[in-house]
Amino acid sequence: MSSIWEYANPKKFIETVDKVLPFVSVLAAIGLVAGLIWGFFFTPDDYRQGSTVKIIYLHVPSALMAINAWLMMLVASLVWLIRRHHVSALAARAAAPVGAVMTIIALLTGAIWGQPMWGTWWAWDPRLTSFLILFLFYLGYIALWSAIENDDTAADLTSVLCIVGSVFAVLSRYAVNFWNQGLHQGASLSLDKEENVADVFYFPLLVSIGGFILLFLALVLLRTRTEIRARRMRALLIRERMS
Amino acid sequence: MIALLIRDIRLAVRAGGGFGLGLAFFLIVVVLVPFAVGPETTLLSRIAPGILWIGALLACLLSLDRIFALDREDGSLDLLASAPLPMEGIVTVKALAHWITTGLPLVVAAPVLAVLLSLPEAGFLWLVLSLLIGTPALSVIGTFGAALTVGIKRGGLLLSLLVLPLYVPTLIFGAEVARRGAEGLEVDTPLFLLGAITLFSVALLPFASAAVLRMNLR
Repeated sequence: MSSIWEYANPKKFIETVDKVLPFVSVLAAIGLVAGLIWGFFFTPDDYRQGSTVKIIYLHVPSALMAINAWLMMLVASLVWLIRRHHVSALAARAAAPVGAVMTIIALLTGAIWGQPMWGTWWAWDPRLTSFLILFLFYLGYIALWSAIENDDTAADLTSVLCIVGSVFAVLSRYAVNFWNQGLHQGASLSLDKEENVADVFYFPLLVSIGGFILLFLALVLLRTRTEIRARRMRALLIRERMS
Repeated sequence: MIALLIRDIRLAVRAGGGFGLGLAFFLIVVVLVPFAVGPETTLLSRIAPGILWIGALLACLLSLDRIFALDREDGSLDLLASAPLPMEGIVTVKALAHWITTGLPLVVAAPVLAVLLSLPEAGFLWLVLSLLIGTPALSVIGTFGAALTVGIKRGGLLLSLLVLPLYVPTLIFGAEVARRGAEGLEVDTPLFLLGAITLFSVALLPFASAAVLRMNLR
């Protein structure tokens, strides 16, 4: 009888990661290279934005992953609080810096694009502001992890912070909407086709998003494995010193 | 619970309890702003609601680490935890004591300091009302942050980093009420949303704070 919880066993998890990681990494590299090259060199310039439109292949996927990384951390935190699987807590910990970097990439590419297009590096637009707040949440989460010595306590506290933070992040998202009108365009990708970007940009964008998702997956798996091994090594060292 | 509340308030008011700290900080912020931005009345009265809210928020933040840190040091927090009182109750009382010793004085002082910033007359009522409704949320959210960082030595910076993003919605709606009130606009929407945030925080966050406090005391 196999269930998903089998992978919560660190040993089984590491075995699986060892098997899966090379494929995920290679696929991520292919997706990123294909998506970015296709996007940068083989799509036409936009008639209003010129070639600056091409930053979309970095901006949209990283922004997407910035939010989804937090969602993944939320799920992992809930799993830790409910089922006490250590791998889950470590996966949440491993995802946080990756998510923070994705947030920075989204903010930076947005600023680089905004300078020629909006004439400003930064505007207190709802989307930009909520991303800045999201970045602060990431910083707080990472800082709390590293400030507490006891691993289990740290996992508990950061999990609760992640849950409370999610609620307040959503609140802030709607609060800033109320507070200022936006400069940012609507959704680039949505099921409602009307809003979407044009097809020429759409397909390379999908490939690039796929690449980013796989990249995130590869990084999280790798970092989680490292965390497990580091913790095991610490346990071995302590045992050695005791005997 | 009432005994705990009275004890906390007494400790805070006593010398070295940090009762005047928040107020003094609030005063300093408000006095320094005109030096920084210039003394023109029109500019000052335009930014007054925002400055007063920022000042109140920072003054609140300044006193947060006192909520649990001192009790933790002398061991009374462990005693409280083993008392028959539920942890949620302790946390709520702590937040209430923090609000009475920090939030309430800020609310009372705000109209006096608003004179210094030449807040328009129409804004006074709304400023006080928005602070009165908003500061309990600041105290409760801050208590959550203080409970998170109680086990960390010199966790003051971390505490601010954790709490500031949580304060954003309260600040937005609170300052919006004060601003609209000062400009004579309709204030119902942000006022109700501010009230909603406060009620929501007061109702739910004590459970989270109690949970993290238990984890920290384990």
